[in-house]
Amino acid sequence: MSHPAPEQIRPERTGALEELTRDPSSRKRFLKLMGGGVGATSAFGLLLAACGGDDDSSGSAGGSTSSDTGTSTASSDASGDLEIVNYALTLEYLEADFYAKVIDSGLFKGAQLQLIKVIGDHEQQHVEALTATVDKLGGTPATKPKTKFPLDSAKSVIALAATVENLGAAAYLGQAGNIQSKEVLAAALSIHTVEARHASALNVLTGKSATPDGAFAKPASMEEVLPQVGPFIVS
Amino acid sequence: MNSQMTTTNLAAEELAAVEVAGMSRSSFLVKSALTVGAVYGTAAIGPFLGKALAQEGGGDVEILNFALTLEYLEADFYTQAQKLRLKPEVAKLAKEFGDQEAEHATALADTVTQLGGTPAEKPTFTFPMKDQASFLKLAQTLEDTGVSAYNGAGPAIKSKEVLAAAGSIVQIEGRHAAAIRLVNRDNPAPNAFDETLEMQAVLDAVQPFIKA
Repeated sequence: MSHPAPEQIRPERTGALEELTRDPSSRKRFLKLMGGGVGATSAFGLLLAACGGDDDSSGSAGGSTSSDTGTSTASSDASGDLEIVNYALTLEYLEADFYAKVIDSGLFKGAQLQLIKVIGDHEQQHVEALTATVDKLGGTPATKPKTKFPLDSAKSVIALAATVENLGAAAYLGQAGNIQSKEVLAAALSIHTVEARHASALNVLTGKSATPDGAFAKPASMEEVLPQVGPFIVS
Repeated sequence: MNSQMTTTNLAAEELAAVEVAGMSRSSFLVKSALTVGAVYGTAAIGPFLGKALAQEGGGDVEILNFALTLEYLEADFYTQAQKLRLKPEVAKLAKEFGDQEAEHATALADTVTQLGGTPAEKPTFTFPMKDQASFLKLAQTLEDTGVSAYNGAGPAIKSKEVLAAAGSIVQIEGRHAAAIRLVNRDNPAPNAFDETLEMQAVLDAVQPFIKA
């Protein structure tokens, strides 16, 4: 039992939150990893502040009216999107690295290996797209974390993959309502359903329901997701 | 269709430029409208702005009713499928997924009512399926289309709550699509990014299944 069993990191596990409050180190580690975006976020905020004066013509709540409130709204919106995209990028780095290690492990062959390669390739494409999005938003992409995963048997690895994908889908769903830019939202939505497809396929392969939440998928907040991925991050 | 696609890409580019400049979307619309000399006359301001304003202006009920119609279609599809001779595991899947589509329809109709709108009426449907194979083939197409329809409409949703509900439903559509694809021995996730479809393209695609 030197590593968490898959059951222990399932999204519905209630102990995860308790662990977060008891031991914030994994969260700190994760946030530090994403910290690369913070400096750039501030710079972006300054850029927006400089542009804020242009916006006098719009004039209602929700829009950015006076230069004071307007600027702070615009700036927090943009930094919010950057934080979310870098959060997603870190999750995708984890997933891509996981599948690369799974493929290297030699535990799989045939159709299952084929599926793992397809999924791993998707995660790598997500990494690239999200990195480009951070660049486009004027931020600094999160650093690729060093990871470790328990790769003992094909059975436990497939179960872990299913857990990771279900968590990933829940993580994207948890952020949908927080994204300000329609373009970023469109990208996130199109990745979200691919994570859902991965989760469904892996659930079926492990003998679980394709739709474990029933008719409505449950979202997961950053606070719920971070402690569950913490154990896989070395630095 | 081609001009629609071009318009969409244009809209996305303009939108990106707007957000980088830190302007709100509404101010962008007003400014753009002013440049062509009409603030609220959608007929006068060209197809792109007309479309953008239509998406901006109280469109959540319209989007919800669009989604509701698709869910009616999917629910009815699975109900009709259960009358076919299906292998037990396929019949189980048709029942489970059909029940979930029906739950989506109920939730969407309730949401339309909450927003003060009138839920779309349930159409009568007809589907070209006669056996398990034709059911599974069409199921794959319908679920993939459902995913693209929700993802295409998502960014136009104004209410956070409605967006959260739509997100929670589209994840299930994605899960259905992948599971059906596995049964069909097809790739459960054919692309790294799910494609999006515009509302009109979806309506055109499902039109053959609507009898009345």
